[in-house]
Amino acid sequence: MGLSTPAEHRTVSYAPESQEGWVATRLDFLVNWARANSLWPMPFGTACCAIEFMATAASDFDLARFGMERMSFSPRQADVLICAGRVPFKLAPIIRRIWQQMPQPKWCISMGACASTGGMFDNYAVVQGIDTIIPVDVYVPGCPPRPEGLIYGIRMLQEKVKNERAADKGTRDEIEPDPTSQLYIPPSVIDELGEPFGNSVNQTRSGL
Amino acid sequence: MNRFELVQTGASAPGGEPTTQKNVSHRGEPANPSAEALQSKFGASIRRVEVIWGETVVYVDAAAVHNVIQWLKDDPSQRYDFLSDVTAVEYRDADAPIEVVWHLRSLPFRRFLRVKSQLPKGKPLEIDSVYDVYRAADWLERECYDMFGIRFRGHPDLRRILMWESYREGYPLRKDFPLRGRFSRSEQLRQALAQNPEARYSMEELSIADAFAELPQEMRDRLGKGERTGE
Repeated sequence: MGLSTPAEHRTVSYAPESQEGWVATRLDFLVNWARANSLWPMPFGTACCAIEFMATAASDFDLARFGMERMSFSPRQADVLICAGRVPFKLAPIIRRIWQQMPQPKWCISMGACASTGGMFDNYAVVQGIDTIIPVDVYVPGCPPRPEGLIYGIRMLQEKVKNERAADKGTRDEIEPDPTSQLYIPPSVIDELGEPFGNSVNQTRSGL
Repeated sequence: MNRFELVQTGASAPGGEPTTQKNVSHRGEPANPSAEALQSKFGASIRRVEVIWGETVVYVDAAAVHNVIQWLKDDPSQRYDFLSDVTAVEYRDADAPIEVVWHLRSLPFRRFLRVKSQLPKGKPLEIDSVYDVYRAADWLERECYDMFGIRFRGHPDLRRILMWESYREGYPLRKDFPLRGRFSRSEQLRQALAQNPEARYSMEELSIADAFAELPQEMRDRLGKGERTGE
C-alpha cells in the first residue's frame, strides 16, 4: 500500500475546448479501422526484397489476412508505397513521380537495408535511403527482411493508421519540394544521411 | 579429339559429347588455329598472341580491329558468328594503356577467341565500331562508352545507356573515378531529381511504330488489323 502514487500526480487536467467530441473520435475510429484493414499496396520492387515481398503476398504468409490482397500496380489506386530494393539515382525522379501520383491518404514502407539506407551499395549510383526523396512511415530492416518482418512492419503501419485523427491536418500534408532543387529536406541533412560509415570508408580508391 | 573441329548442324560432335576440360594449365595450352590464320593474313597488325587458361587472346592494332573482326565473321574457315561481349579494361598502373576487349564465339567450329586492342592514355579514346558487323555491338558499345568513355567511331546512336543522359560526373569505371562519385550526395540527388524521366525515353521511342517496316510479315499482319501488342 505504501507504493501508491502521491495524490497530486493522480489529477487529470481537462480542457473541454481542446478535446474532440464523442462523435469525432468515434468517426475517426471507424474510418481508421476501415483504412487500416484495407490498405492497397503499390509494390515498387527493384531487387531481391521484391522476392520476399512476393513470398509475403503468396499463400504461405498470406498478406490478404491484413486486407492487402489487392496489389495496386497503378499508383492512383494505391494507399501504401512499398519500396522493396535499392533505388539508383536514375530511378529517383520516377519514385518521386509515383509518390506524387498517389492520392491522399498515403503511406510509405521502406523495405530492406538498401531502400532504407543504401545498404552495402555506398557508391556513385545508389540513393542513400529513399527518405531523401519521399517521406517514409515505416522502415523494415533486413537484407532482405523475412516475410514475418514485413508483416510486422505492416502491422506497425496499421497501428499508426489507427491512431490518426481527422482533426490533425498535419499528417495529410503533401510534400512540396523546393522548385529549383527538387529536394524536400535540406541538402546538409542529405549529406549527413549519406555519410559513409563502418568499413566502407576504406574502400574509396580515388587516390589512385 | 580436336576441340577446334567443325561441327556440322545435326551431326553429333566429334569425339562424343562435349565435355568441360579439366586440368587446364595457365600457359602452354594449344592456341586457337584462328590466331595463326590471323597472323598469316594480317601480318604486323597482329601484335601478339597469348594463350591463358586455354583461351586465346589476340592483340590487334587499333586501326586494324574492324577489318580483323569483319574477316573473322565472314571468312568460311572462321565463321565467328556470335559477338558475346564488348568491354574494356583499365589497369591500376597509370601508364598502362586501356584495353578494349571483344569476345567472339564461332558456333559451327566451337571456338572462342578474345580480341584485344590497346588504346594509349593521353590521346582521345577512340576506336572503330563493329556495329556494321554485329548488331549485338549496339548496346555493348554504348555501355562501354558510358562506363569508360571510349568513343566508337561509326556507332549510330552512341549515348549513355546505364547512367542517365544528363549525368555529368564522368565515366564510373575509370580508375580515377571516386567510388562515391565526384559530387556530394545532395548534389547528386539534386541532379538526379532535376531530370525529367519522360524527356528522353518517351512513349514514342519505346513504341515499335518506327520499326514497323522491319517487323516480320506475320507480326505486321496482326498489328495492321489493330491487335494490341500487350504493351
